[in-house]
Amino acid sequence: MKKVVWISLLVLSTILFPLDTMAAGPPAVGGTLPNFTLPQPGSSAERDYLGISSRGNFSVPDIKAKVVLIEILSMYCPFCQKEAPIVNKLYEAIEGNPRYRGEIKMIGIGVGNSAYELDVFRKRYNVPFPLFPDADFMLHKLLGETRTPYFIAVRINDDRTHKVVYSKAGSLGEVTPFIENIAKLAGLK
Amino acid sequence: MKRAYCAGLFLMISALLTTPSLVTAQTHSEAFKDNIYETGTLKPRDSVLKVKVGQKAPDFTLPAVAGGKVTLSQYKGKKNVVLSFVPAAWTPVCSDQWPGYNITKDIFDAHETILLGITVDNVPTLFAWTNQMGQLWFPVLSDFYPHGKVARTYGVLRSDGVTERALFVIDKKGVIRYIDVHDINKRPPLEHLARALEKLN
Repeated sequence: MKKVVWISLLVLSTILFPLDTMAAGPPAVGGTLPNFTLPQPGSSAERDYLGISSRGNFSVPDIKAKVVLIEILSMYCPFCQKEAPIVNKLYEAIEGNPRYRGEIKMIGIGVGNSAYELDVFRKRYNVPFPLFPDADFMLHKLLGETRTPYFIAVRINDDRTHKVVYSKAGSLGEVTPFIENIAKLAGLK
Repeated sequence: MKRAYCAGLFLMISALLTTPSLVTAQTHSEAFKDNIYETGTLKPRDSVLKVKVGQKAPDFTLPAVAGGKVTLSQYKGKKNVVLSFVPAAWTPVCSDQWPGYNITKDIFDAHETILLGITVDNVPTLFAWTNQMGQLWFPVLSDFYPHGKVARTYGVLRSDGVTERALFVIDKKGVIRYIDVHDINKRPPLEHLARALEKLN
């Protein structure tokens, strides 16, 4: 009888464990992103920026870049609101530097935000990079239910494999040292 | 022995299934660090409304965190009013809801509407908590003493003394035009409130 119980426990844990690991923690440096796709961005300009095909969902390694910086945010989070101008400056600094333009791309995921709510945030802060709503917290769960804001930098290799090189909660701090650090961690020349 | 194992198994499964991370979804802003008290998943609704759409909104006067008192009827003929009851300071969801409203003043302004945030916490607690949200453009009122009197009048005081997560839209004539007593565990989508405000005109 003991055996039967232990076997059923084992079976159950394999069923339940994947659910549990979904919220085990944010993506670790050196590891990969969980499997998820994002819908087409709102405008063709954003699609061009990301360099993705115009059909269907895409995943982060499909983005035409050497490094993708993901900000996990929420319209409702006061620190994300405070961080928004800094994040915009980061985008401008990347786009204004020939070393980084086209090599580092940025996206944001609005956890628990409807499309309407995320659009309020976009307009309020003139967010220049693509934002994707995660109204039902699906991505938030997959990404380890991080606090917000949270930044993840992913190195995309030529063969579309990828590696997380930065994964941290809180403000990105000063823009210039931040970019240089990300470039160094990602091995950009 | 067999029974003990089965009981253990049952407990384990129920524990796994009720782990908050699996059933609730909420974000924490870095702004509040580790100061948010985890409530777990609560009974979605635990009170009976005492007012309805089309009725005059019961008048009240409450102390404001910024000092002084605010009376609902002072806005009569001047502004529409949104009452946002949130359950309690320093809890998940609530700690996000008002910061969201804080960046949507233009939506409220466009519909000549003032927002009044209300909880049953006392003024010092509300002061410390709302300070983490940045400068709020709307009054935050304390329905602390007599405890939850306004919440009780509207029928949104729960049995444990906190309030529902409830929104009331009151027009310039003082008539209730919209009520959303939301699942306490979830944040009401902003577009629902925005739509209710659009209907005022």
